[in-house]
Amino acid sequence: MKTIILRTASNYMLPLLLIFSVFILLRGHYLPGGGFVGGLIASIAFVLHAFANGLGDTRKLLHFHPGFLMPTGLALSFLSGVSPLIFTGEPFMTGLWYPEHLPIVGNLGSALFFDIGVYLVVQGVTLTIIFTISEST
Amino acid sequence: MEILLAIIIGTLYASGIYMILRRSLVKLIIGIILLGNGANLLIFLLGRIAKGAPPIIPEDSKVFLDAYSDPLPQALILTAIVISFGLQSFAIVLVKRAHKVVKTDDLDEMNATDEYS
Amino acid sequence: MMPQLVIYPLIVQMLLAIVLMFVWSKISWQRTISIVGSILNLGIAVWLFSSVWQHGSHTVQAGNWQPPFGITFVADTFAATMVLLTAIAGVAVSSFSAGSVIPARLKFGFFPIFHFLLLGLNGAFLTGDIFNLYVWFEIIIITSFVLLTIGGEKAQLEGAVKYFTLNILASIIFLTAIAVLYGLTGSLNMADLAAKVAAVENRTLVQVNALLFLVGFGIKSAVFPLYFWLPASYHTPPSAVSAIFGGLLTKVGVYALMRVFTLIFDVDPFLENVLLAVAVLTLFSGAVGAIVQKNIRKIFSYLVICHIGYMIAGLGMMTEIAIAGAVFYLIHDITVKTNLFMMSGVIYKIKANHNIKKLGDFYADYPKMSLLFAIPLFSLVGIPPLSGFWPKLSLISAGWTTENYMVIGGIIFASFVTLFVIVKLWGEVFWKTGEKLPETRNFPYFKKLTKMKKTQMMAPIIFLSIVSLYLGFGAENIQALSERIAFELMDNQEYINAVLRK
Repeated sequence: MKTIILRTASNYMLPLLLIFSVFILLRGHYLPGGGFVGGLIASIAFVLHAFANGLGDTRKLLHFHPGFLMPTGLALSFLSGVSPLIFTGEPFMTGLWYPEHLPIVGNLGSALFFDIGVYLVVQGVTLTIIFTISEST
Repeated sequence: MEILLAIIIGTLYASGIYMILRRSLVKLIIGIILLGNGANLLIFLLGRIAKGAPPIIPEDSKVFLDAYSDPLPQALILTAIVISFGLQSFAIVLVKRAHKVVKTDDLDEMNATDEYS
Repeated sequence: MMPQLVIYPLIVQMLLAIVLMFVWSKISWQRTISIVGSILNLGIAVWLFSSVWQHGSHTVQAGNWQPPFGITFVADTFAATMVLLTAIAGVAVSSFSAGSVIPARLKFGFFPIFHFLLLGLNGAFLTGDIFNLYVWFEIIIITSFVLLTIGGEKAQLEGAVKYFTLNILASIIFLTAIAVLYGLTGSLNMADLAAKVAAVENRTLVQVNALLFLVGFGIKSAVFPLYFWLPASYHTPPSAVSAIFGGLLTKVGVYALMRVFTLIFDVDPFLENVLLAVAVLTLFSGAVGAIVQKNIRKIFSYLVICHIGYMIAGLGMMTEIAIAGAVFYLIHDITVKTNLFMMSGVIYKIKANHNIKKLGDFYADYPKMSLLFAIPLFSLVGIPPLSGFWPKLSLISAGWTTENYMVIGGIIFASFVTLFVIVKLWGEVFWKTGEKLPETRNFPYFKKLTKMKKTQMMAPIIFLSIVSLYLGFGAENIQALSERIAFELMDNQEYINAVLRK
């Protein structure tokens, strides 16, 4: 599937899709959206790039093995889950919120970090699986 | 609306079970996907459908004033979708590897584990 | 008393899995971290158990949502006991896999996934929310698939296809049952469901729903007509994986059955008869299956099925003494089955063969090891005073008082067949003069292993044998524990009060 149209388009689509995925991730803060969907969109961006330019190029673009995203994301989610245990002594997964309203970001809470973790894990899992499938053909 | 959903769910379950009973590995996976979707729709239907009634309490009151659509089934379905996404992608990788090693798509020929040894 | 303690077994396993994922390719680190972490987890499990034993049930509301709206984690005596047993089996198998699984397999993330499996098991035991139970079951399934297929041999992949299909089908049936239950009651909290299901007017739908749960959990716990995935897959992966599967995976299904049918659904005479018929047929078919097999791990696979029948029989009779017997059997079975599969792994490492017709000479070559292996083998049979004997006594006396003579017949039949199978195994593997087996090249024979590896393999077997001996000789303590669990299961008001904070 190495057509010139798809290749040119994918170069512009990749940053756009990544920005869109981050937008979806942050919007999930209060509105519909969230880490899972954002992660899927981000991984679709890379899969599209891999379709257009071949797997090798995408790997080079990523610099590291996508599998590494899994423990990083899990660790982030895990830490946001146990943070109430450590800081306030409330049960596991209780939402902690920064009391002030921050400009641009809005209210900051542990839920956002949980979602970022999910975002990374979903990307890691999806990319690992798709790379494994398309590599061994 | 309920009748329509019920028919769709029934069709999904029936076709899913039919596909699972086929001998081809790929059809087996299609069957599993259909069954999973049927189960998700079933949760959606059994959470009671209330059209145009978001589960938001008005500002000047403390309880719901009217019948509202239940938000929980959607959370459950989302969880179930995520899980079945993982399971299905694993299933596809597994089937691909099995096909490469066993060199057949026919479940009836996969009987190395039943050999009497 | 620390209420947050309930969540610690989950946190430890999750943390271990994440740390192990970061050191994905450093196998020697993974071995150390896994063993040390499992011992830490055992400590926490003992702490949780003793705390629950002294102070009664602990609950935690995840996210601080009020019950019945949030997800509750409950540690009553039953759940705490199961977590303790998971931790014991976890330590043993972690050490055993460090010694026995070849590095090529460990490179594919064996240890992180193993700890995710333990996380799933702990979660399934501790959760008090039926949908959350589904999620933990899925975690168990996904991780067990990966463990089953690591290595990618032909038999492994074929076994995995069968295991996979039937277990996914079970999950979908379970999910359907949850959907119907939610439609009937509008709740997912198990303690809340207990009251709400009793108030539902449409009893037919409740009964159908109970049967859906029975089929879903029945596939997972491998009862009579639904067990065919088990002998097709359990003998294919490395022995360490078989050990944790044979010890704990089917028992989660039994645990869920016990929980659901004592807490949520009332067992009416029809359901009772179904459970008893299933139990007797499971005992019969598992026992007969074990007689004809020659592969040592297939024999143990059929014995796993056979002995599930005892627990289902105890559940089906639904008296306090029967449930106590079933719980005691569960405790005994987890330690013994894990030990037996590890034992088969050691035998395979020594002789490079699984066929009992070709094996032999074991007692002549390794007399001390043979005596050690005799402990789990004869505990399984239940020769008094070893651990398998006492729960059968409770089950038979319960069968007598409830006049279920078929069940008594099934239990006695299965016990004798187990005795026959084990004696046959002992004769073939340990006493007979075996064939001279050709040496396989590149096979990591036991005698070629380093002393460290040998210790890592033998220490867990010794440890579990000591636990087995304690279960037999300290039976009055375990009986007291089982009776307390049975009392809590039969009279579920305490559980409901603990969860709903009445």
